[in-house]
Amino acid sequence: MSSFFSQEIPISWYLLLSAVLFSLGVAGFLIKRNLITVFMSIELMLNAVNLSFVTFAHQWHAVKGQIFVLFVMVVAAAEAAVGLAIIIAVFRARATLAVDRIDLMKL
Amino acid sequence: MHLILFFVFAGFCVAGAINLLLQSHPISSALSLIVVMTSLAVLYLLLGAEFLAAAQVIVYAGAIMVLFTFVVMLLNAGREERTMGSRTARKVGFPAVVAILAVIATVILRAQGLGVAGLRDGITSTTDLSKVLFTELLLPFEVTSVLILIAILGAVALASHGDGNPHGNRDPYGNPERTAGK
Amino acid sequence: MTIFEFFLWSLLKVAVVTVVMLLGVAYTVLLERKLVGRIQNRWGPSRVGPFGLLQTLVDGAKLFLKEDLIPTAVYRPLYLLAPIIALGCALISIGVVPFGEPNVGPAGMHLFEISDVNIGLLVILGITSIGVYGIALAGWSSNNKYSLLGALRSSAQLISYELALGLSLVGVVLRAGSLNLRVIVEQQATQGILTWNIFGGMQFVAFFIYLMAAYAETNRSPFDLPEAESELTGGYHTEYSSMKFAMFFMAEYANMITVGCVATLLFLGGWTSFFGDLIPPPQNIFIHAFLPLFWFVLKVFCFLFLFIWVRGTLPRFRYDQLMNFGWRYLMPLAILNIVGTSLWLAYR
Repeated sequence: MSSFFSQEIPISWYLLLSAVLFSLGVAGFLIKRNLITVFMSIELMLNAVNLSFVTFAHQWHAVKGQIFVLFVMVVAAAEAAVGLAIIIAVFRARATLAVDRIDLMKL
Repeated sequence: MHLILFFVFAGFCVAGAINLLLQSHPISSALSLIVVMTSLAVLYLLLGAEFLAAAQVIVYAGAIMVLFTFVVMLLNAGREERTMGSRTARKVGFPAVVAILAVIATVILRAQGLGVAGLRDGITSTTDLSKVLFTELLLPFEVTSVLILIAILGAVALASHGDGNPHGNRDPYGNPERTAGK
Repeated sequence: MTIFEFFLWSLLKVAVVTVVMLLGVAYTVLLERKLVGRIQNRWGPSRVGPFGLLQTLVDGAKLFLKEDLIPTAVYRPLYLLAPIIALGCALISIGVVPFGEPNVGPAGMHLFEISDVNIGLLVILGITSIGVYGIALAGWSSNNKYSLLGALRSSAQLISYELALGLSLVGVVLRAGSLNLRVIVEQQATQGILTWNIFGGMQFVAFFIYLMAAYAETNRSPFDLPEAESELTGGYHTEYSSMKFAMFFMAEYANMITVGCVATLLFLGGWTSFFGDLIPPPQNIFIHAFLPLFWFVLKVFCFLFLFIWVRGTLPRFRYDQLMNFGWRYLMPLAILNIVGTSLWLAYR
């Protein structure tokens, strides 16, 4: 029964998962046509990178890797607040969220 | 145990991320992203980062994604449209993504000296985390507070723009023709 | 203890706690109807069973037997998912709450706690923050303007007050130096009521902030804007009927109980008595195990009483008043409390 708990898996699997999530985030960023969904894909990429940070923090027994994730979260929160405010402002000006139609710098 | 938990929650992560791509309604995408984030929190727990797991759920799933759903609900965003841009993006996007994934995966698989992770590896306690955060990394920590302050001010300035109707008869919901000349 | 025994015990504890929680929810509803009745100078339910004690069971049966309507215009998957999220999150967060003396029961087991988590407090905060989705999605998927307005109000309200709620708990965590709920309680037990966080810990400001934020977080009067029936007919659950409505209803009361448990653990000394460690623990193992449980339930009951009392007395706030109160008064007050507590702890 103790083998049930002491089972170990290679670190590289976590890194591969992180790579897959990051690629899916990139794919979403390129393919999705809705401003909010594009923004969500960015969050997905940030999350994938966070997983890498935590994995490496575990690998090297370094606490600083985990703290970096905290900083990424702070930046992501700030980014979400400003980004969504921009999206609301864009929607007010253009009444659309499709990225193809938001192609003018001036109102 | 670790193996089972890893595969279950890694599966949730990947399925959620793919669902984010496939769904055409932003609120479904947002929900699949929440699934990804909460499953990531469990993976953080498996890697012994318990404070981060809690922070992931509270900050990402509980605050940032609530903001996203709030905005989707507020703007009543409808389904996504297929356009010329989306077809080009598909043609260019998928090969690019596969290339990125291939490069990263090669690097990871060829890397030497990567260890293993188990459930008995020990947990990084909140005390350890805060000791480093508030001694060595105090300056970056304080700087982030300034960053958040700026973000708050920016968000307030952006969101309140037009509410007080400073441009006279400006139509708040678009109609560029009316405001183009001003 | 083998792993099999561990799973068996955990399963048993989960089952018992869930049943007790649901019973608690049912009788909190009855308590509310009775108390509000007395406050409004009438009797409240008194016909079914002695003192109307069976009223909630009959109500439950009625809701269960009602026709389950699903309006045609709703977005079905989310419409069905929303009440499950709401009730699920409300019931899960009780899983890290310790109800009684920890070292009772078979070796290595905590009989009065489903799981002992190092970051228990954060787990509760995290799960309640997920619970927002239940309400938000219910309102959005109903495709009804009242529901949508209620859901928008409630998301904004919950996000705003979560900040004040979280900040008000920091003072307590600073004093205990841990996020483990058991450690937080044990640290308050040394001299009984004098070392409870609300009195000896000088956290009465934090308790006040927590109380206000808790009313808002549980959508209770005077902050029940999301379901304000006089302006929004039913708020986010306007389109729900039968058991789905009952699930939202139960979630609200389960949240109330959880909030009461957290307040008891963090500010009122948890399962310890008014005298704490000043009097030696009773010799009888049975009393030793169940007396703490009695104190815990008593404190939670007092908290629920306060909730219902406030509901029966105070009128509803306006939406702008609610937001002003949260951001302009509670938030700065909570930050001041953190600064004050840290200074006090540093120069004590």
